[in-house]
Amino acid sequence: MTTTTDLVSYEDALASYDPVMGLEVHVELGTKTKMFCGCSTELGQDANTQTCPVCLGLPGALPVVNATGVESAIKIGLALNCEIAEWCRFARKNYFYPDMPKNFQTSQYDEPIAFDGYLDVQLEDGEVFRVEIERAHMEEDTGKSTHVGGATGRIHGASHSLLDYNRAGIPLIEIVTKPIVGAGERAPEVAKAYVRELREVIKALGVSEARMEMGQMRCDVNLSLRPHGTEKFGTRSETKNVNSLRSVERAARFEIQRHAAVLSSGGTIIQETRHFHEDTGSTTSGRVKEEAEDYRYFPEPDLVPVAPSRAWVEEIRSALPELPLVRRNRLREEWAVSGTDMQAILNAGALEPIVATIEAGADAASARKWWMGELARSANESGKALDELAITPAQVARVTELVAKGDLNDKLARQVIEGVLAGEGTPDEVVDQRGLKVVSDEGALTTAVEEAIAGNPAIADKIRGGKVAAAGALVGAVMKATRGQADAARVKELILEKLGVGEG
Amino acid sequence: MTDAIIKLTAAQIAARIASGELTAVQVTEAHLARIEAVDEKVHAFLHVDREGALAQARAVDEKRARGEKLGPLAGVPLALKDIFTTVGVPTTVGSKMLEGWIPPYDATLTKRLKDADVVILGKTNMDEFAMGSSTENSAYGPTGNPWDLTRIPGGSGGGSSASLASFQAPLAIGTDTGGSIRQPAAVTGTVGVKPTYGAVSRYGMVAFSSSLDQGGPCARTVLDAALLHEVIAGHDPMDSTSIDAPVPPVVEAARNGSVAGMRVGVVKQFRGEGYQAGVVQRFDESVELLRELGAEIVELDCPSFDLALAAYYLIAPSECSSNLARFDGLRYGLRTGDDGSHSAEEVTSLTREAGFGAEVKRRIMLGTYALSSGYYDAYYGSAQKVRTLITRDFEKSFEKVDVIVSPTTPTTAFPIGERADDPMAMYLADLCTIPTNLAGNAAMSLPCGLAPEDGLPVGLQIIAPALKDDRLYKVGAAVEAAFVERWGHPLLEEAPSL
Repeated sequence: MTTTTDLVSYEDALASYDPVMGLEVHVELGTKTKMFCGCSTELGQDANTQTCPVCLGLPGALPVVNATGVESAIKIGLALNCEIAEWCRFARKNYFYPDMPKNFQTSQYDEPIAFDGYLDVQLEDGEVFRVEIERAHMEEDTGKSTHVGGATGRIHGASHSLLDYNRAGIPLIEIVTKPIVGAGERAPEVAKAYVRELREVIKALGVSEARMEMGQMRCDVNLSLRPHGTEKFGTRSETKNVNSLRSVERAARFEIQRHAAVLSSGGTIIQETRHFHEDTGSTTSGRVKEEAEDYRYFPEPDLVPVAPSRAWVEEIRSALPELPLVRRNRLREEWAVSGTDMQAILNAGALEPIVATIEAGADAASARKWWMGELARSANESGKALDELAITPAQVARVTELVAKGDLNDKLARQVIEGVLAGEGTPDEVVDQRGLKVVSDEGALTTAVEEAIAGNPAIADKIRGGKVAAAGALVGAVMKATRGQADAARVKELILEKLGVGEG
Repeated sequence: MTDAIIKLTAAQIAARIASGELTAVQVTEAHLARIEAVDEKVHAFLHVDREGALAQARAVDEKRARGEKLGPLAGVPLALKDIFTTVGVPTTVGSKMLEGWIPPYDATLTKRLKDADVVILGKTNMDEFAMGSSTENSAYGPTGNPWDLTRIPGGSGGGSSASLASFQAPLAIGTDTGGSIRQPAAVTGTVGVKPTYGAVSRYGMVAFSSSLDQGGPCARTVLDAALLHEVIAGHDPMDSTSIDAPVPPVVEAARNGSVAGMRVGVVKQFRGEGYQAGVVQRFDESVELLRELGAEIVELDCPSFDLALAAYYLIAPSECSSNLARFDGLRYGLRTGDDGSHSAEEVTSLTREAGFGAEVKRRIMLGTYALSSGYYDAYYGSAQKVRTLITRDFEKSFEKVDVIVSPTTPTTAFPIGERADDPMAMYLADLCTIPTNLAGNAAMSLPCGLAPEDGLPVGLQIIAPALKDDRLYKVGAAVEAAFVERWGHPLLEEAPSL
């Protein structure tokens, strides 16, 4: 069903054009109840079991605003450095669609709860780019249609559709950026970084889990190109419901190439919505917006205006948690790592595990070393995220504690971690069961060292002769004899002592 | 016996049930018998809930037998406008669209009536979705005016007003978006009150125009209306626009009618072309009566009132075009064209084509147009400005007067069919009632005599500031008492027996 799309190379596209982006992100709030009624918002329940006259839009039913939803919206607005409206109203967005029970969506139009803000986002190389926020407004989600009998799950060709209204009325916050200009070739990267940063902010605020794969956060990517040196924006396309960070970047990149191909061959871009396909990384045409859709917005007469008092807004502001960028900068300083290292930690998803490991008692360097080393490798091999590994930060902290006490060396610690990951139990259980313990009995070590010297007289002579580096071979022999359970540094000390050689 | 019972007021019935002189079942049976006898001619009811009513009545009698305290309207029968949802009892809103729909939930007002042990006899006829002034727009046929069955009983609440005037019920519930309680009261010689916007919960009242709709009491006397007002009014957390304040002392006011020392306003704009001579005559006599009773009459100029009708016919259709969008044939009510050959969109379209009547379609189209981008400011936006001006004219007036009086409607009941094809003529029936809806304040209509030229009832409208609903009852009770004394009997005694 996809038609082939001509593209120009990304470099060529950027050589002629300047991309302008607008990002619209919908976040499903994690409130216990829906935006305008008392129904539960829990996911995964049987279809249409979490409904009532209000969210089913039965004749006569009326909405009542969820105060926690308003509070969450204000938190998001404040975190995005927005102004919070002193007085604003809900508005009805009128259009017919079967998954929308009232055939209008209760939303906000020209009086959003939050407006005129910005979010600083950090790119892979640590550069900070400021994305201006136009508005954040409250609205309700629609129900869910499942189209049955068609080839692709789309309505076209389906024999019938099933409607589940459990999602209808779940609070949404829509966050809209101002046109993002000046990102140039880094536009797709900015888009991805923005959505990631926004997700981190939302999570830090505790207003939503913002899991994109669950549809709790979805992004529409508006993109247009204009020839270098021109002011006027080109016609935009709107790629709807992109649901992963990687896809946001790919969708923006694809659209830049597609627009450039159309424009440079003398064509015109049609204003339309487009669908992004994960498998091909391409977009296809959705519905054409021949003229601006007329939603006939008007103020919702069933609800009274929302007028958050300044005192309340300030109370919310003062209770905001430390925001992700601020926190990352603080941690970077505390851990004394470079910007590049910090970025690597973020990219690996290791930030939270490291923080938790430090909180559980580990020192920063060790926590970082394990999560970015052994554990990152293991996660990579098993195709898991770090926080999906079968080891807790507390267990990692325990391993670092055993190392610090000298009970384990690094080699043994790796075996302990391997054991924990394999489900053999806690670090202490693995130590016991595998019998992993640094040999710290000086008598046993001394015997092993003497045996190693006696067994390698040539090497011993070299060392006596001043070739300290040759001690490595004897250390290896001792480690072998002790099945790796000796403290290598102590072994070296003993060898040099025995042979009467001072280090350095 | 039946005849004696059905002529009683609600207050009298409640007292006799409380004293044991009558049982609730006797009272209910008497009214059911009356319905059976006359409603074939009047057609006030769309649905009579005989079993439900008798069960409620029995429960009241059992309560009394157990010595439990009864509420002030316990056991009194009531006719409920078919716009309020009722669990297990059909709710059609006078439309084919909801034919056979059995709501799964009770409106807050329904709940309050049940909690007060009021006996709900059934659901009354109305203009479809409350759009109309004659009840001719009902999908289930018109209702006759008990004074002359060939004439309209007013609308949209013509079923409720006719049920009172034909003694089928001593109490009824109406809803008033532009006059749908007051105009039917006026043309049937009964009492109807549109409380302050937000006084009575709209939860479970099928919406026509959300910012104007208001439920209210209908009765044959001012005191009965007050007793019902007190039962149905009060804050409801399910309705965000509901007033969170104590209900004004309406019953106390109705028991202590007086206008002595009050300033009563007469608005210049509420007379002139289109007003029937007999209506103007009875109104002028009412003003004279008020003066005799000790009121000071003050002339008022409210120029914005001339724009009220135009503003109303932009705001109400705009809101209705959105409120009625939910009737798409997918979840409840009528569904047309679901034969496997039509898409969901087509089924919605066919259902709305078949389910809505001409007036409803007209208003949906008007409203859709008025809200369209490019027209919004000129239509909806301007209408909202007029609304503000009307509110200000009222505010300025109420600095000078305590209440305002006017004719409720410019003419007496017109013949069924006369204006059916002339929407503009029909809309004029609400000329005097609409400003109150736009401003959100309170108003009452009560009988002030019969027009000499046709012998049909004329209504006097009393308008009070928002939240001062008690003033309507204080003034209304005084006027009612004076007229009944002058006439020697309540006006309805002059209605023909059916």
